[in-house]
Amino acid sequence: MKKNILIPTVLLTAVVFCIFSFTKITSFPGVNKLPKADADNAGLTLPAGFSALIVADNTGQARHLAVTKEGDIYVKLARAKDGKGILFLQDENKDGKIDKQTGFGDYGGTEAALKDGYLYASSNTDVYRYKLNDKDEVTDQNNPEKIVSGLLDHGEHNSKSFTFDNDGNLYVNVGAYSNSCQEQDRQPGSMGIKGCPILDSAGGIWQFKDDKANQTYGDGVHYATGLRNVVGLDWNQVDNALFVMQHGRDQLHDLFPKYYTTKQSAVLPAECMYEIHKGDNAGWPYIYYDQIQKKQILMPEYGGDGKKTADKKYLDPVMAFPGHLAPTGLLFYTGNQFPEKYKNGAFIAFHGSWNRSPEPQAGYFVAFVPFKDGKPSGKWEIFADGFAGVKDISPRSAKHRPCGLAQGPDGSLYVSDDSKGTIYRIMYQKK
Amino acid sequence: MTKILVLTFLLIPFCLLLNRRTNDSAKENLKVGALVQKTKLPGEKVFKKYCISCHQPDGGGVPHMNPPLINTSYVLGDKEQLIGIVLKGLKNVKIEDETYTNPMPSFKQLKDQEIADVLTYVRNSFGNKASAVTAADVKAVRAKTK
Repeated sequence: MKKNILIPTVLLTAVVFCIFSFTKITSFPGVNKLPKADADNAGLTLPAGFSALIVADNTGQARHLAVTKEGDIYVKLARAKDGKGILFLQDENKDGKIDKQTGFGDYGGTEAALKDGYLYASSNTDVYRYKLNDKDEVTDQNNPEKIVSGLLDHGEHNSKSFTFDNDGNLYVNVGAYSNSCQEQDRQPGSMGIKGCPILDSAGGIWQFKDDKANQTYGDGVHYATGLRNVVGLDWNQVDNALFVMQHGRDQLHDLFPKYYTTKQSAVLPAECMYEIHKGDNAGWPYIYYDQIQKKQILMPEYGGDGKKTADKKYLDPVMAFPGHLAPTGLLFYTGNQFPEKYKNGAFIAFHGSWNRSPEPQAGYFVAFVPFKDGKPSGKWEIFADGFAGVKDISPRSAKHRPCGLAQGPDGSLYVSDDSKGTIYRIMYQKK
Repeated sequence: MTKILVLTFLLIPFCLLLNRRTNDSAKENLKVGALVQKTKLPGEKVFKKYCISCHQPDGGGVPHMNPPLINTSYVLGDKEQLIGIVLKGLKNVKIEDETYTNPMPSFKQLKDQEIADVLTYVRNSFGNKASAVTAADVKAVRAKTK
């Protein structure tokens, strides 16, 4: 009887041990290869167990970025530097720091993303794609394929951020070229234009095919409307849906001082995370979301007074953040390097406010929201802070402003800074 | 406090008068600068009410969005152009290769004296040093832009 138990027990232990050691090897292939973090964690404050290093510095106005399977980095600059609007950063000696920088694409813009053997990048009017070789290097830097062109650029809110689904579609933001669709943009007391005409060609998300050349408005689907400006957006693989971060309207007190104090204006309206499906309307410029009253409030330009709610119900956010933090990057974490809590959760780069003065400015950090089954499952928290590097932050005094987010092949999180052009890499190492 | 403000208010034209006689702009700058150090210029109140949210307490503006007021010819240069910007507003201005995309609305609803005060304040704050703007300057530009 004893023998009968002993043999299967030994076998089982052996099998479990084998599986365990195999899992350990395959799940964390990069752990031992992580580079050395900077002694000061690149000046960032991070949760316990996390560390950071600066992989590149002074790259220019680094907006969004993408990391290849080889660990090379494509960075899109807001403005071309020496005729190069896209940078290709390589780490040839594999010490974690960039030692080779080349560039191409003589246009400024925001987005850089990888999909199915192509690098996609956007100017402020167009989306291009560049064929990659098996090392993820662009084969012809001077002749990209123009996928989308002719999107509106009136200066204000002109970032053409985009992301992809798994069915061959591209989702492009066309921001509203206005704060709140006033007759006179940002003029104190000016009322909203009835039936805001901006919404026919901006203030929303357009869907295009990701492999079809020369598309413009007429070829795309007007996927969602009532979104003032979206710079950070990502496809949630668990939910199989588009998530966007909207930049809420500015200057409630400046424009309507009789309804809003400077203190209220500093935190209202909410910066909203929306889950977007075809046909959704998030309500700009008719309503905003008030995270304190937890309600959709009628905009003062359209008859509101800070309390009145709208007759028509618009899309509610899945999460509401304090006002003016300026979310510029959204990334759902699918890597294995970080602890389980972070899996499929959302990282958000908050560029930082300007519209809170005379109250102190806020943001200038990367936040995290835990997700379960494609929905937020807890409160948001600050993940990485200290980018500004000064006590009294102003948009001009901030040393760095987090903008874009990307995930490396080993699960490291990369953050770009469009002030000084610093590229950060954040890592987690088990003690 | 009000007395000091009134006094400052009265001092500016007086200083200007003095300087117009000597016709020495360097001296004028020095005097307006000294004035800033001693008392608050009346334009600070106007700045805090109408300008601070976009141009920021440090006058640095917001990169890509709202232009800085520091060390730029728009502020320190031609008064007529500067007054015109306040009266008419401005959009997509380019300063040293950087485009600022948020539109500035017109502030023509402000009185000549308020515009003169705020521009004098801006031209002598955040490290700036330039001659004062008078209500008469504003009145002249307003008449032209009508």
